[in-house]
Amino acid sequence: MNSALLLNYSTFGYLFASFIYVAAFLFKSNKAGLGGTFFTALTFIAQTVALGLRWQESYQIGIGHAPLTNMYESLVFFSWTIAGFYLFLEFKFKNRTIGAFALPFAFAAMAFAESGWVSQEINPLIPALQSNWLIAHVVTCFVGYAAFAVACGLGIMYLIKDFSGQKDKGLMATLPSLRTLDEINHKTMIFGFLWLTAGIITGAIWANSAWGTYWSWDPKETWSLITWFFYAAILHARFTRGWQGAVVAWLAIGGFLCVIFTYYGVNFLLSGLHSYGGG
Amino acid sequence: MIKKKNSIWMFFASVKLALFVLFVLAAASIIGTIVPQDATPQHYQQFYGSILDGIGMYSPQATAVITKISYLLSFDDMYRSWWFNGLLGLLSLNLIVCSIERLPDVWRLVVMDNHQTKIGRLQGMRNKLELASTEPAAQTAATVQPLLKSMGWATSQSTKPEGILLFSQKTPWTRLGVYVVHLSILVIFAGAAVGFYYGHKGGINLPETLSSDKVYKYGSGDEIDLGFTIKCNWFQMTRYPTGAPKEYQSELVIIDNNKEVLTKVIEVNDPLTYKGWTFYQSSFESHKKYIISVANKTTDVHERFLAPLRDAVRWKNENLLFAIKELIPTKIPMTYQYKLMVADGKGGQQLLILDDNMQGTFTRDDGNVYVFQVKEFFSTGLQAAKDPGVWLVYLGCGLMLVGLGVAFFMSHRRLWLLISEKDGKTSILIAGTANKNKPGFEREFAKINDTLTQHQSIEVQ
Ligand code: HEM
Repeated sequence: MNSALLLNYSTFGYLFASFIYVAAFLFKSNKAGLGGTFFTALTFIAQTVALGLRWQESYQIGIGHAPLTNMYESLVFFSWTIAGFYLFLEFKFKNRTIGAFALPFAFAAMAFAESGWVSQEINPLIPALQSNWLIAHVVTCFVGYAAFAVACGLGIMYLIKDFSGQKDKGLMATLPSLRTLDEINHKTMIFGFLWLTAGIITGAIWANSAWGTYWSWDPKETWSLITWFFYAAILHARFTRGWQGAVVAWLAIGGFLCVIFTYYGVNFLLSGLHSYGGG
Repeated sequence: MIKKKNSIWMFFASVKLALFVLFVLAAASIIGTIVPQDATPQHYQQFYGSILDGIGMYSPQATAVITKISYLLSFDDMYRSWWFNGLLGLLSLNLIVCSIERLPDVWRLVVMDNHQTKIGRLQGMRNKLELASTEPAAQTAATVQPLLKSMGWATSQSTKPEGILLFSQKTPWTRLGVYVVHLSILVIFAGAAVGFYYGHKGGINLPETLSSDKVYKYGSGDEIDLGFTIKCNWFQMTRYPTGAPKEYQSELVIIDNNKEVLTKVIEVNDPLTYKGWTFYQSSFESHKKYIISVANKTTDVHERFLAPLRDAVRWKNENLLFAIKELIPTKIPMTYQYKLMVADGKGGQQLLILDDNMQGTFTRDDGNVYVFQVKEFFSTGLQAAKDPGVWLVYLGCGLMLVGLGVAFFMSHRRLWLLISEKDGKTSILIAGTANKNKPGFEREFAKINDTLTQHQSIEVQ
């Protein structure tokens, strides 16, 4: 068994789990939803093992480092955190409909990782990347990104329910109430904001220990700050009249677009210090 | 004195302004990620020209006008521009005024005496319970107090006309968490300002074995006096088997008042700090020359020579002649062995194959043993920074994380119990509030109910 194979299975595992969650939602079947939970948990475990194996494999080829150092590895980790965060939410709020809107993100990240667009090789670390702050930086950023992905899913749920004529009948009745969705979304975004903040801070400390400048306005740094400003604004929106509910749901989707751009867009469209573009 | 409640004051205290400033900051920051920063005028001409070209509206005049506007608005150095920093200033002002406006009320909530809460308000709280006790009021209070305490609710007691009032609260100070976050932003800005006005950033290319008491400012190249001397003993680059760079290292020595006070091998991510200055490994330069170190093992005399490839070098005192004849590639790309020819001037000569930086010996007919060592001659590229504001920035970052943690994970929870007697019956009214995480508090409240009703003297009314 090697990590590549297991990660391949994980991609299909999340695809399958997404299908089950969506089907369970559409056919209002709680039993099917249970299957979704089962497959998500199973895939999550397989992916955890795969990450461990990849770590071990990097030592076997003599360049040992945590599997968090290039585009491919970050995508795998992203998908892993989304699934983990979602499982936590499901456990906490006992509602499986969220799975239909959250798990597809875990699948999408894996699908992109395995699409052949990014190199799957384990590369040796250039000197600037040899720092424990790198691990702290990647972990914190991606926990934040995962929370924002789920918040985006929650925003979509909110809007679907809000725009449907019958909020409390039929299919829509299985979704949590608008109030609950708004509440979970807000909590998720503060949680993501906490981690994004930690991600930016660890990045700054790392830059300071490598280059003597904690902030140099490189495009990736700047985009993470743009994202941060954006979510800071969203967190305050509900303290202002007329900005609750649907507006916040739209903003949660917009915020996630900022995240995506910070993560991929910057690499492909702008140039800077960050090495993930190499994939 | 600032006159409160006037409309300008309220404008600067408003969350609406905060939303506006945050969105504008986000949008404005994008500009500097697209427009190249600190580039040459020609570069901007080209940049705007190609954009105009892309939308089919190219003309030299239009390019010139747009380039000029871009300079006027400092798009070439956006993050230092007056208007961008003005926006950051506006954010700070907004934060300060907002806090002055709200903090007194929040502070009152933190320190207030909750025994003064109007009894009528307890009835209206979202979390409310009514229990009955078979004991008189004073006895009931004595019964429930240790039960509540066992759940972390240590109560204080007061007597009201309506009966005995017990009150307990958890973590009232967490209401200040958000304000810690807001304060931390100001602290970070202050740290950045200190660094901007009192900090220095520079660099130096230091050839191996040489020293300097200056560094050179980025951009202008102005000299900055260090007040001490820094010396590079050696620089070394190691590679992975693939040939990719694995580590850059320099051994640095600090010489202060003619004394060597500090020696450290620095590498990327592990700098050296002395008297507020920090030296970072940032680059290196090869001079296409080689350092040949020779030591006479017998007499312990040693000497170092600098030589390009194939040039013969003479060590006069010892009457030795040597030259690096050739670089032999090794299995690792871009690393070499040295083919060193050594002659003793009397016809004796020998070929040494030396690994980089490894020793090899040459024995002369007269019995003298010489140890040779060869390495490439480099300059180490050091980045030097003195930033007295960093600790403030880090303090701000720490405060921000703590504040966010408090704002996210903790809440202020309050619990009142009114124990009253009426017609010989004792009743307990329990009411509570939490400022956040209301579902969590509901569960906590249910647990209080369970624990109290388990006591034989207390029952549901
Ligand atoms: C980048 C800047 C800012 C950050 C990171 C920030 C962060 C936060 C956070 C995390 C919260 C808690 C949100 C919640 O619990 O739902 C909050 C609340 C708040 N912020 Fe900010 N904030 C910023 C700027 C501002 C500004 C400029 C104002 C000025 C009006 C402001 C006013 C408030 C108010 C009134 C609250 C609600 C406080 C309460 O719950 O009593 N914030 N802020």
